[in-house]
Amino acid sequence: MTVALSGGEIAARLEERFPGSVVESGQDSLLVKSESLRAAAGFLKTAPGLEFDYLTAITGVDYYDYFEVVYQLTSIRHNHSLVVKARCYGRDNPALPSVVGLWKGADFQEREIYDLMGIRFEGHPNLKRIVLWDGFTGYPLRKDYL
Amino acid sequence: MVIKTEPFVVNIGPAHPSTHGVFRMRATLDGEVVLDIEPVFGYLHRGIEKLAEERTYTQIIPLTDRLDYLASMSNNLAYVLAVEKLAGIAVPERAEYLRVIMAELQRIASHLIGVGAFLNDCGAFMTPILYMIREREKILDLFEMVCGQRLTYNYMRIGGVSHDIPEEFLPALKKFVDSMPGFIDEYDQLLKENEILLARSKGVGILSREQAINISASGPVLRASGVKWDIRKVDPYSIYDRFGFEVPTGSAGDCYDRYRVRVEEMRQSVRILKQAVEKLPAGEVRSEVSHLVRPPAGEAYGHIEAPRGELGFYLVSDNSIAPYRFHVRAPSLLNLTALREMVVGWKVADVLAIFGSIDICMGEADR
Repeated sequence: MTVALSGGEIAARLEERFPGSVVESGQDSLLVKSESLRAAAGFLKTAPGLEFDYLTAITGVDYYDYFEVVYQLTSIRHNHSLVVKARCYGRDNPALPSVVGLWKGADFQEREIYDLMGIRFEGHPNLKRIVLWDGFTGYPLRKDYL
Repeated sequence: MVIKTEPFVVNIGPAHPSTHGVFRMRATLDGEVVLDIEPVFGYLHRGIEKLAEERTYTQIIPLTDRLDYLASMSNNLAYVLAVEKLAGIAVPERAEYLRVIMAELQRIASHLIGVGAFLNDCGAFMTPILYMIREREKILDLFEMVCGQRLTYNYMRIGGVSHDIPEEFLPALKKFVDSMPGFIDEYDQLLKENEILLARSKGVGILSREQAINISASGPVLRASGVKWDIRKVDPYSIYDRFGFEVPTGSAGDCYDRYRVRVEEMRQSVRILKQAVEKLPAGEVRSEVSHLVRPPAGEAYGHIEAPRGELGFYLVSDNSIAPYRFHVRAPSLLNLTALREMVVGWKVADVLAIFGSIDICMGEADR
């Protein structure tokens, strides 16, 4: 059975290493500051005992006031999982750091979120629309797109 | 005299027999050798995630049929499991068994097409795939008995399945379960050590264990690279912990291993089916659940081992009758991340074999 790690415990370890990086933690999830996302993800991928080597999925959610990007992380070595979230504010040019450098599996998923929700992933090697065509205007998965 | 040459860009697809749907690869070639490849998606994008936000939880079930249309039962299952997790709904025992039976039949049906199409791409043109389709037909007949459909089943429901199986289903299923191992042996004898197949697939398109994990590959693609990772075992859902079965893995991570893993998985699915038929209890097939399910506000990620890999649904509820957000973690899309690394340096003809060995379904990749 994949064990869902406690968000609180991981948050404490992250805080110890990167003070101020965690905004809040839930039962099996934690919310990190967007500017700390890349450092926190790198830590989670390599820290002994955690080793989240597998990025299961990335999802973007539009909550009107902010966009939330949800990372489902899994460790194949230890068979445990964690949900990491990051928020970005503003509807004109929301952006988050890219995690493609850590997990290549993020490549198409970040492009998809950029394409459908309009969140830019800084540092992505090839950030362009993926399912819609290049001339398309608007971001269909946003809640204000009708 | 020195002849000046330069790389040449060729579009493979979107409408090409080897692309298994509408998928385009922009290949940069140096003669026959592939220098670079860029996958182009979107030809089958229907905006299913957006459509789902406007529908009730029950109305979404037929939408999931249209994701991976070669494994609709698996899509149904993954989705209803995610909703049940979100809303905390229990499922009757008999329905759990029926779900497992359908999911494993679907795995065999899907692998038959996956393996047959791969052999087609390797040059065993049409003969093997026709035998595969002949066997798959028996599974489609079984599905038709339970839900009237042969491709888009809409069979699972939140809290169970839509109908109990008819009288003629179990005898037909037993007949299928008894005959299938013999069929797999027979056809495996023909192909397992076939020299042309070995030459076309052994050592071709290698994906290392580390690469496979890093690119979020799943299903047979991940297991062929030597990672023993099957959601049915590592995070058992439904009642999979009650069945005895093995997780076949490869070691080289080449096209041949991916092919072998699928063949062995079919045998394991038959094993699960045998046990499920024996233990199938009597009783209800659906718990009392309103058509207008209203899960409490929150979020849930439900995942299963679909034929093509980890199929997950991420749902966000705002306590209304429709999901606030509906996201599909599509194994076909993520497995395609590996394509570029696998094909660079190989010849054009190998590209088709490598692409075929990933076994994708564009309905799911594009959504």
